[in-house]
Amino acid sequence: MTVLERLGHEVVFPAEQTCCGQMHINTGYQRAALPLIRRYVDTFEPYELIVAPSGSCVGSIGHQHAMVARRHHDEDLAQRAQAVAARTYELSQLLVDVLGVEDVGAHYPHRVTYHPTCHSLRLLAVGDRPLRLLRRVSGIDLVPLPDADVCCGFGGTFAVKNADTSTAMLADKMRNVLATRAEVCTAGDSSCLMHIGGGLSRLRAGVKTVHLAEILASTAGAGQGAPAAVSR
Amino acid sequence: MTAFLGLPGWPGRPGSRRPPAEPAHAPRGVGHLRAADPFPVAARRALADAQLRRNLGKATTTIRAKRAAVVSELPDWEELRAAGEAIKTATMADLDRHLEQLDAAVTARGGTVHWARDAIEANNIVTALVQAAGATEVVKVKSLATDEIGLNDALAAAGIAAYETDLAELIVQLGHDRPSHVLVPAIHRNRSEIRDIFLREMNDVSPDLTDDPAALAEAARQHLRRKFLSATVGISGANFGVAETGTLCVVESEGNGRMCVTLPQTLITVMGIEKVIPSWADLGVFLQLLPRSSTGERMNPYTSMWTGVTPGDGPQSVHLVLLDNGRTAALADPVGRAALHCIRCSACLNVCPVYERTGGHAYGSVYPGPIGAVLSPQLTGIEDNASLPYASSLCGACYDVCPVKINIPELLVHLRARHVEEARRTQRLPSAEAITMAAASYVLADPGRLAAAQSASRSGRLLGRRGRITALPPPLAAWTRARDAPVPPPQTFRQWWQGHHGDDRGDRDDRGDQ
Repeated sequence: MTVLERLGHEVVFPAEQTCCGQMHINTGYQRAALPLIRRYVDTFEPYELIVAPSGSCVGSIGHQHAMVARRHHDEDLAQRAQAVAARTYELSQLLVDVLGVEDVGAHYPHRVTYHPTCHSLRLLAVGDRPLRLLRRVSGIDLVPLPDADVCCGFGGTFAVKNADTSTAMLADKMRNVLATRAEVCTAGDSSCLMHIGGGLSRLRAGVKTVHLAEILASTAGAGQGAPAAVSR
Repeated sequence: MTAFLGLPGWPGRPGSRRPPAEPAHAPRGVGHLRAADPFPVAARRALADAQLRRNLGKATTTIRAKRAAVVSELPDWEELRAAGEAIKTATMADLDRHLEQLDAAVTARGGTVHWARDAIEANNIVTALVQAAGATEVVKVKSLATDEIGLNDALAAAGIAAYETDLAELIVQLGHDRPSHVLVPAIHRNRSEIRDIFLREMNDVSPDLTDDPAALAEAARQHLRRKFLSATVGISGANFGVAETGTLCVVESEGNGRMCVTLPQTLITVMGIEKVIPSWADLGVFLQLLPRSSTGERMNPYTSMWTGVTPGDGPQSVHLVLLDNGRTAALADPVGRAALHCIRCSACLNVCPVYERTGGHAYGSVYPGPIGAVLSPQLTGIEDNASLPYASSLCGACYDVCPVKINIPELLVHLRARHVEEARRTQRLPSAEAITMAAASYVLADPGRLAAAQSASRSGRLLGRRGRITALPPPLAAWTRARDAPVPPPQTFRQWWQGHHGDDRGDRDDRGDQ
């Protein structure tokens, strides 16, 4: 919101919105996801451009909504879902591709490493757009993350159903984050950050997780007005 | 369900007077498609094995880098992948016709074709053929299909010794072990473990054997040479069966397979029905895709092809056993059937972050890793491998490398849905998870309910200390075993929004967050 309004755009948060339904779909409960898909389409159909600060939600909207609707023989919903999905962007896509901006006027004087979450990377192919945005943030010390493109192990309900494997993947991701000596690990998905941040917190590693949008929104100096660790 | 027709006389054939029936799954009690333990249990065991983790990490990292290098050399790699996918899709749509053409072509060239509905029939056919040849030992080419049906066990029960001749399969067999990778069955072993197995199990090996790879290979060579010269029956699988000429093809690295398909008088090939391809032009596409994807080589060292019997040259008795064993059941699912496109390159295993950490044994099937998680449950019926479709974080790395573009994450999600739907039909009471999901859907279908639920969840702040929650009740306890959970923030997004834009178009309530 802050970033987009700073860039002079009118932003609306429709209160009718709830959830894209990805968790239901990816856990096998497609029928339970149908009302959520319908709600998403109903809510956002009137808008010109839709943005979400989550690669996996946007990935689900783009790659799953119409598919689930068709599987339940609702062709009308499928077509509407496809049309709305075509106007739904992940934040870095919207900024770089649609609005043509890389420098959003942010200031963030911290050592930061970026984890490209799987759905941003592979489902949406956002490529280096988030890094291009981060490189233009003043004061930032951006350091590359080793094995960045390997999954952190979150995977939605995978993190609970296969908690041991998920944790083993997380251990390697944390090892790589710590090797960068960054103070902040950022990404375009709150859910992956909750997983990585939860592990780092348990280790008392002294590295916090901050969503890409919060860094791009930040204009204050270090410590002043800097947002707390993302937790949603 | 669109009808498939894989086996002649299958009741779903057009023109058949019998009504279509559900195609059968692979039978229980035979072969290696089912796990003893659910994936999370087996994975937990594997994750604790530091040697295994080290071996797997090293091997998969090496082979990943090799594959990436040789794939990047080809400017038309994406076109090749698209061609591979198109050929497989078209072939599956017309599988019965291609199989009948293959049958006719093999027969015309002096071979004999057998149709095996399942593992039991295939094992019986092969055992009878070996007995008819008067043999008590056979040499084997590395073959997933024969491992799938548990052929070695069936032969042993009939008093026939089967010798694996692929080096890695030999290591697995001598170690009384199970393969853990489709291409590198002993990937879980390092060279010092292999030396120990050879010293223990080979009666003809020098006690000074070192763990130098060349010394290990030489020991295996000496051991196997005697088997090649004495065996009268060879058994293989097939990477491809070319319908237009009846040609069978095995792709390998070592040349031991070449020995097995040329030296014995009798050659028996067990081939899954999905391995048929229409033409040699199609073979050209796959011979470019397969080696680069599997071993990271531009071309594999040995590609053996044979067409029926060549009088006076090579095996004079040639048999092809066409194996269904649940493949028709997979083909009946218009989405799930894409798993049958697999050419067994194992690229998806090597890039999978789950496989890299758990290894292949955790999947409990001869087909492990991402492709196994979508193939095994379809062959056995989902209820017999119900944990496998969930054994993935859906990261999508497998889809990126698949040479025939199988969308494995999409198939996983599809099979999860089929599993949930089947459970709903067959179970009298919904599972705790189903109730939770239904409740979540009810809440999330309405912003008012969501806001109320979120208000309630803010009581979670009581659980937190210094911004973290270290223990949650089940089922979320699995989360906090290794991860803290965030404390709900004091101000929700909706409240923040209200504070900044309370005047207008946005939020009408301030009860919840996000």
